[in-house]
Amino acid sequence: MDYTTTILTGFVALYIFMLAAFTGFEIIGRVPAILHTPLMSGSNFIHGIVVVGALWALLNASSLPEQIIGFVGVLLGAGNAAGGYVVTERMLQMFKPSSKTNKE
Amino acid sequence: MNAALLIDSSYFIAAFLFIYGLKRMSSPLTARSGIVVAGVGMVLAVLASFLYTLDVNEAAKPHLSTNLTLALIALVLGLGWAWRSGKKVAMTEMPQMVALYNGMGGGAAAAIAAIELIGYKTHGTVSLSLAVLGGLIGAIALSGSLIAWAKLDGRINKTLRFSALQLVNGSLLLVLLAIGAYIIWHGGIVAWPVFAVFFALALIYGVMMTMPIGGADMPVVISLYNAFTGLAVGFEGYVLNNPALMIAGMVVGSAGSLLTLLMAKAMNRSVANVLFSNFGATSDEAEGDIAGSQKPIDASDAGINMRYASKVIIAPGYGLAVAQAQHKLYELVKLLQDAGVEVKFAIHPVAGRMPGHMNVLLAEAGVPYDIIFDMEDINGEFKEADVAIVIGANDTVNPAARTNKSSPIYGMPVLNVDMAKQVYVVKRGQGKGYSGVENALFYADNTQMVYGDAQKVMVSMIQAIKSLGGGH
Repeated sequence: MDYTTTILTGFVALYIFMLAAFTGFEIIGRVPAILHTPLMSGSNFIHGIVVVGALWALLNASSLPEQIIGFVGVLLGAGNAAGGYVVTERMLQMFKPSSKTNKE
Repeated sequence: MNAALLIDSSYFIAAFLFIYGLKRMSSPLTARSGIVVAGVGMVLAVLASFLYTLDVNEAAKPHLSTNLTLALIALVLGLGWAWRSGKKVAMTEMPQMVALYNGMGGGAAAAIAAIELIGYKTHGTVSLSLAVLGGLIGAIALSGSLIAWAKLDGRINKTLRFSALQLVNGSLLLVLLAIGAYIIWHGGIVAWPVFAVFFALALIYGVMMTMPIGGADMPVVISLYNAFTGLAVGFEGYVLNNPALMIAGMVVGSAGSLLTLLMAKAMNRSVANVLFSNFGATSDEAEGDIAGSQKPIDASDAGINMRYASKVIIAPGYGLAVAQAQHKLYELVKLLQDAGVEVKFAIHPVAGRMPGHMNVLLAEAGVPYDIIFDMEDINGEFKEADVAIVIGANDTVNPAARTNKSSPIYGMPVLNVDMAKQVYVVKRGQGKGYSGVENALFYADNTQMVYGDAQKVMVSMIQAIKSLGGGH
């Protein structure tokens, strides 16, 4: 199959940024205050995707300084993603409506 | 199968799962599954990234096995440490943990920028500008979040303040922007010490920016740095031509910005006000005399009075969580409910240390979320309540915010607990609140003070009600 990665540049990139920004705005705008903390933590988890970029940078490193910085980058990014997931999941686990707790 | 196609499709699915997951997280009913959905997207994206090994650039090929080993070690270490620490951390310490993980994300974005810059890998003015800008924002988010973490964790108690601080910070930022412009102007081809100075100054700026901000304002700052990291990730995503980073980063960047504005608004302050003014400094001024005196009452008497009330509203604050009294409080609530009392929780937007933090702490104790109400929804009900009980809250229930124009917290929305027929305030001592402002509520005619540790007070109330023997 002849497939090469689409190069996202210029206005295509600008469109992506704009639509993504509106998406984020819309999602948070309608959230009840009780979920603000888990949601901040959840969005904190989602920018943990940075680990993927750090992985790419490390795999393409060709000198010692690049390898060191790349290693630190992947380490930090992995921490962001894993930590963000665990704390968000723990917080959200606790949200229960009355009916469920009464049955216990 | 073509590796590039596989990577791109994985990223596409991951981006969809992130947005869908966030969407599910925005309702209490589906929130739990939302994070799992987003988690699946993350695992997919990380796994797909290992396909990069099939197609690295020429210069990196001889290092591939070393790089792959390094990557695996870093992944396992980062994941293992964060997983363990995330499982262990107490719910009350959640805000600083979020700050810490957020700082790590900012650091990772800055690391990507650093590699791109020192390796002279980025070309074109737009890419270069975004690499530099993302690096700057990421580095600020890293050091700033670390200071926020240290402050909330009680590791730093000092607030660094001197009169010329804003001037120093302003010049520092100008120098940073100048160095950034210099790098871009030279097409990224500058000696490495320039990059070193650039990142070092960015880290210092993050510290200087966060040090003057007091503990009570820290949640707003953490939320701001969360948005910063999102932006930095989005920009580096452009540099790396990675749509998953671009979309996830920008969604978080805008969502985080909005959340920051909402938080600042809940405290009746602007974001600029939080960042550049010293809140504590204004509260020394006279607030006008408060008439009356504080009237103490026994915990058991207050408990019995609540048992015979028909409607009780509870206004909890951070003091409740510090005393670890949520579980005992819920036990009390169940006793009251069994006796036929209507019990509701009233949550101020900034109760706890972050918006929604109190809800998390109550949820941890098993309190169902449908008896918990936001301020706007319940403020009208206080005048129908027989008893309003304030536990470990102070500034968020101060009626001076409504009535006293000279009060530093004037204009901040507060819970109208003073309108209830009887107000009990559970409090450790006669001190002031986090903002250092005297509370007029404590001196009101219909207020009685229950002094003591919140947990012990709850226990005495429970015992008192139980000793009535089922209310016959």
